[in-house]
This record gives sequence, C-alpha cells and structure tokens, in this order.
Amino acid sequence: MSDSVSPPKKHNLKMSILQGLSAAWPICLGYIPIGLAFGVLAQKAGLHPIEIMLMSILVFAGSSQFIAVSMLSTGAGAVSIIITTFAVNLRHLLMSSSLAVFLSNTTRKKLSLFAYGVTDESFAVNHTRFSRNNWSLDQALVVNHTANIAWIVSSVIGGYSGQFIHEGAFGIDYALTAMFICLLIFQLKGRFYVITAVIAGVVAVTLSLIIPGSSYIILASIFAATTALGIKKWMLR
Amino acid sequence: MDVTLIHQKVVWVILGMGLVTYVPRWFPLVFLSRRNLPQWLVEWLDLIPAAILSALLVPELFTSGMPRHMSLWQPELWVAIPTFVFALKTKSLGGTVVIGMALFWLAQNVI
Repeated sequence: MSDSVSPPKKHNLKMSILQGLSAAWPICLGYIPIGLAFGVLAQKAGLHPIEIMLMSILVFAGSSQFIAVSMLSTGAGAVSIIITTFAVNLRHLLMSSSLAVFLSNTTRKKLSLFAYGVTDESFAVNHTRFSRNNWSLDQALVVNHTANIAWIVSSVIGGYSGQFIHEGAFGIDYALTAMFICLLIFQLKGRFYVITAVIAGVVAVTLSLIIPGSSYIILASIFAATTALGIKKWMLR
Repeated sequence: MDVTLIHQKVVWVILGMGLVTYVPRWFPLVFLSRRNLPQWLVEWLDLIPAAILSALLVPELFTSGMPRHMSLWQPELWVAIPTFVFALKTKSLGGTVVIGMALFWLAQNVI
C-alpha cells in the first residue's frame, strides 16, 4: 500500500500552521456553541470549572461528554458511565483505521499525539485532504489541536458564563450539519461511494429510531461499507 | 475558586472516560499504519468515511427528540437541500458552513 501513496510534500512550519488553521476554522465555528452548551450543562450538573476543563482535555469527545454529565447528574455509577463512553466513542476506531492508510511513514510518538485529536469533525476534514494527497501529518495535527483548543476554551467559558449566551444565535447550531453535508459530497467520488452513503443513511435512520444511544453510527457504517464492497466485488467480477 | 468542590468520583470518571476514548483512537493508527493491509481491507476502509459521514448526518436531518422519532418538517431537513446544492456547485467547505448557518437562521427566525 505504501508505494501507492506518494510521500508527503515538504512544508515549512509556518505554511503548515496556516494551512491547518484555514482547514480548522469551520470545525471551531461548530465547536464553540456546542462547547458553551456543554459547559452550561456541566455546571448545572454540579461540575467544577476545573472538572469541566479536565473532561474536555482528557476526553475531547462531545456527545459522550454530554451523556456523561447527564448520567452524573442522575447519580449513575462510575463504571456504567465509563462503559457508556466506550460504546459511544468506539466509532473512532473506524476513523483511525481509515486514517492509518495514509500514515505509514510516521513515528509512533507522532501517531500517538495525532490519535488524541481524532474526532468526527477532524477525521472528516483531514481524511478529505489526505486522500487528495496534499496533506501532511503536521497540518493534520494543527487541525486537531486548533479544534481541541476551541473545544476546551468554549466549554470552560460555558461553565462560567453560559447562561448569558443566547441560544440559536446566527444559526450557529447548523454549522456542523452544514460542514458534514459538504464533507459528505467530497467523499462521493464514484457510484460505490454513493451506494455506501445511501445505505448508511437509510440504515442509520432506521436503527436510530429503534435502538437507544448512538451505536447506530458504527453499526450502520460497518453494514453499509461491507454491503457496498460486496456489491462492488459482485458487479466487477 | 474553591478547589475543595472537586469530587473524587468525578475525577475518576473523567480519567476512565479519557482512557476508554483514547485507546480506540490510538490502536488502529499505531498497529495498522505499519502493516501492508490486504486489498479488500484498503477498499473497505476507503468506503468508511462516506458511510460514517452519512450515518452521522442523515439521522440529524430526518429525526429529532430523545428517543428519536421521524421529523420530516423540521428546518434541519429542508435547509439541507439548498445547502447540499451549494456545496455540490462550489465545493467550498467554509462557504457551505456560512450559507447553511444563514439559511437555518432564516428558517428559524423569518419563516
């Protein structure tokens, strides 16, 4: 596999940072209202600002943080919160697997740092650029950590002052949805990708209506990719 | 800031959450990136982003609430149509985010 991927082009540090930042701003725009909302909820659930910051630094996974906070406020046990978090965040396993294909010439240290910042959003932005062959790990790290800072800062601010921020301002609640729409279009590179997306969408809607939680994301994704690959092999044999 | 208000249980929960979130992010990057993956797996992984993005996006458009139910008349869904067309025509991520937000704001406040 490694021989089919050309080595990443040399970039100087300043360029990498600028390119990373220009790729990261739509993610930040989406994270800020969600981070603020998370901070407000966490504070209402009785979390100290230091605990909010600690959670945003150590976990850095939005939906699982919301779920953990609501479980904490209902007095759920530590083990059940941690198991739920594991289940909700297991989808990152697929994203990291998909990103690994592009990162064959990298040290374990850098990969371990990069792994920390793999979220739904950073994955989608970085994968799109890696697959166009003009992206390096340095730029991807800038994306991850810029998004990370936006998440940490906005959640802590939410913990202090969230009640003053008007909900739904400027349609910002739609920022991540709009970003996913565009990133999905980038992924539709041929008919088998379209088939995959259609199957995943239909199955995800169906499963999300019948099973609680967010396991529908990983189940629908595995089912859709497997089915579409089966169709591809059957049609092209 | 009164640090005595930090609860030991919460800190343990956060540490546990951090660990179980990090390991699935880390394991494939370190162990798959150094191997020659079989061709079928490379092709399968190539389809995964389209699958995940669709699985994340489509339920947000068509369903709402907790537990989820079908919700076909919400602005999330019909704002997605012009946003989709804009993204398809321009291929601009930043532009799509701004247009999507503006249309969503209009849908909530004007119409």
